[in-house]
Amino acid sequence: MSQGLSPIAFLTRTRRPGRIGVTDILSWAWLILGTLAVLIPVVWAGLSSFKPAAEITRFPPTLLPRAAVQQTVPGFDAPLSLWTVDIDGQRREMAMVRRIGLKAQMVDPSNPGPPISVDVKNISPVQRLTIATENYTDPLTRFDFLTFLKNSVFVTFVATLLTLIVNALAAFALSKYRFRGEKAIFVLIISTLMIPLTVVMVPAYLVIVGVGLVDSLWGIIIPTVASPTGVFLLRQYMLTIPDELIEAARVDAASEFRIFWRIVLPLTAPALAVLAIFSVLWRWNDFLWPLIVLSSRENFTLQVGLNAFQGEFSVQWNYILAMTFLSLAPVTVVFLFLQKYITTGIAGTGMK
Amino acid sequence: MSTPKATDFGGRALDFVMGIVEAPINGFERLMGRKRMPYLFLAPNLILFGIFTFLPIAIAVGYAFTGGTGLFVSERPFVGLDNFRQLLQCEDYLRPGSCRESLFWTAIWNTLWFVGFNVAATLLVALVTALILNRAMAARGFFRAMFFYPVLLSPVVIGLIWKWFLDRNGLLNAFLQMLGVPPEIFLLDVGWSRFFVVVVSVWFHMGFYTLILLAGLQAIPKDLYEAAAIDAASPRRTLFRITLPLLGPNLLVVLILLMIRSVQIFDEAWVLTNGGGPGTANSFIVQYIYQMAFGSDLRLFGLASAASVLMGLVLLALTLIQLRLGRKMES
Repeated sequence: MSQGLSPIAFLTRTRRPGRIGVTDILSWAWLILGTLAVLIPVVWAGLSSFKPAAEITRFPPTLLPRAAVQQTVPGFDAPLSLWTVDIDGQRREMAMVRRIGLKAQMVDPSNPGPPISVDVKNISPVQRLTIATENYTDPLTRFDFLTFLKNSVFVTFVATLLTLIVNALAAFALSKYRFRGEKAIFVLIISTLMIPLTVVMVPAYLVIVGVGLVDSLWGIIIPTVASPTGVFLLRQYMLTIPDELIEAARVDAASEFRIFWRIVLPLTAPALAVLAIFSVLWRWNDFLWPLIVLSSRENFTLQVGLNAFQGEFSVQWNYILAMTFLSLAPVTVVFLFLQKYITTGIAGTGMK
Repeated sequence: MSTPKATDFGGRALDFVMGIVEAPINGFERLMGRKRMPYLFLAPNLILFGIFTFLPIAIAVGYAFTGGTGLFVSERPFVGLDNFRQLLQCEDYLRPGSCRESLFWTAIWNTLWFVGFNVAATLLVALVTALILNRAMAARGFFRAMFFYPVLLSPVVIGLIWKWFLDRNGLLNAFLQMLGVPPEIFLLDVGWSRFFVVVVSVWFHMGFYTLILLAGLQAIPKDLYEAAAIDAASPRRTLFRITLPLLGPNLLVVLILLMIRSVQIFDEAWVLTNGGGPGTANSFIVQYIYQMAFGSDLRLFGLASAASVLMGLVLLALTLIQLRLGRKMES
């Protein structure tokens, strides 16, 4: 039968135990190629971020961060670079004194005698694995990177905290009370899901100017706090909390706010955790809105700062990549630990 | 003697703060009655939505009919349909150069091409991946997580990572050199840069759509497949007669969602192509709005708003289709 070779057969075949067919091989090839496609650009940028400035633009590039080795040789003021020299089939390491055209003058670093003239095509530089930590330390100390980092952490933390409180309060009202306009308010909130920032960014900027929050971190925190996704997620979860619990607390003369704070909120913890993860990711990665609102450098968030950096040091990829990696690291850590929450949260709500 | 633990202290501090917060709220409850409490709880949310979502929508429409460079509506002269006329005046819509606002039409055509290729490519890749992951694969969780990872990264980070990968001295050129192909500056070539904007977009978002399609696939009853196996149906038949028809509604929702998001392409393309380059080869509609309103002191808020309103209408139409499909799926 030619079924096994049909181009789409591998998509539906279920595995038969103990037999590996063409379908399995194609499936695995797709998945492994896909994984490589995801990983290679990221890992390549990561490896490159450890390369010294002189090495990063070498072409063809080396995979691992390496740098030329230099050595001080008695009789010479400046350190000399080490090269592997091929003389009459014999290989040895020598230091280069100077290079004139196609000839290089080399000395033995341990026993410097008069320099020997060697053809440049017979020499190659000695390189060792070197990690350029200055790519990471320089931006933290010399540039404004630390300010950007502080701003991003502040925005992410405060916005997430406010998002949880404001939306939990609204979700509580919409799930545990019967009141006039309940349905209309819920529909109104959910309908804002349909209005993307890109459509209202010009007038939203006007509002920010009007309330005096332009070029301020609060100008990017406050407009994002009320979240239709958040209200929806928390309300659906709170609906599952039995009303008897709340009635019992009312019999004990607890105030409504105390019921929210002491009973409903702790029971909503799993949904709050999902919303917190989303909120952290949204705020940390936010770009267009901060780009519009923030104008002075000391207020830039990490993403806006990174974008500004790449305009300024268009050649200094070693710094740009190191900073890119510092902003990617927290997201990667969050993902490694909370991957299950995130994927089930998205599959459950269909929202990102 | 026991010393107070840090958690005790934190807990007590929280109780103290909540005590202060609670007092006026409980006062409100005693004054207004329990029935009015939900309005109080909804107030912060509704006030923020009102100021930062509903107010801007109302202003956006008004803005589109005003001119000048002033920011506040009171400083702006009413110009009627001038902004829309400026955007839509064109000898031949297929040639942006013949239009009064040629940048707008360049952006529209770039966006349309991008949406077409991006939607097709993302849908295909996500569907194939979801179908494969839906089989009883070993390490399914690992692969699902792997494909999902880029979704969580910031568009700026993704733009920079790919910019480096595609650099003249980057890994792709090194690989091509090994095959004997001369190096290419991909992002300075019109065709290649457009191609890679789509590649990066697929790379970035396919994990999200894979996840949604996978959830849809897993909702298909297993006994249908068992019945097909008893009937000795071919894999092709099973795919086209069972899997795809039952996944159909899901596919349509994903398709519309993908279109809504693709129309709004900005962040990663902006970083990757240095603001839409080479030239205007990757200048998209959101970038046009951004540049008219905020870029290089043009401050053409009226024109930008008019363009926003036009884009908003397209997105609204797509959203209404999506809602209608969603309702059909539920019933």
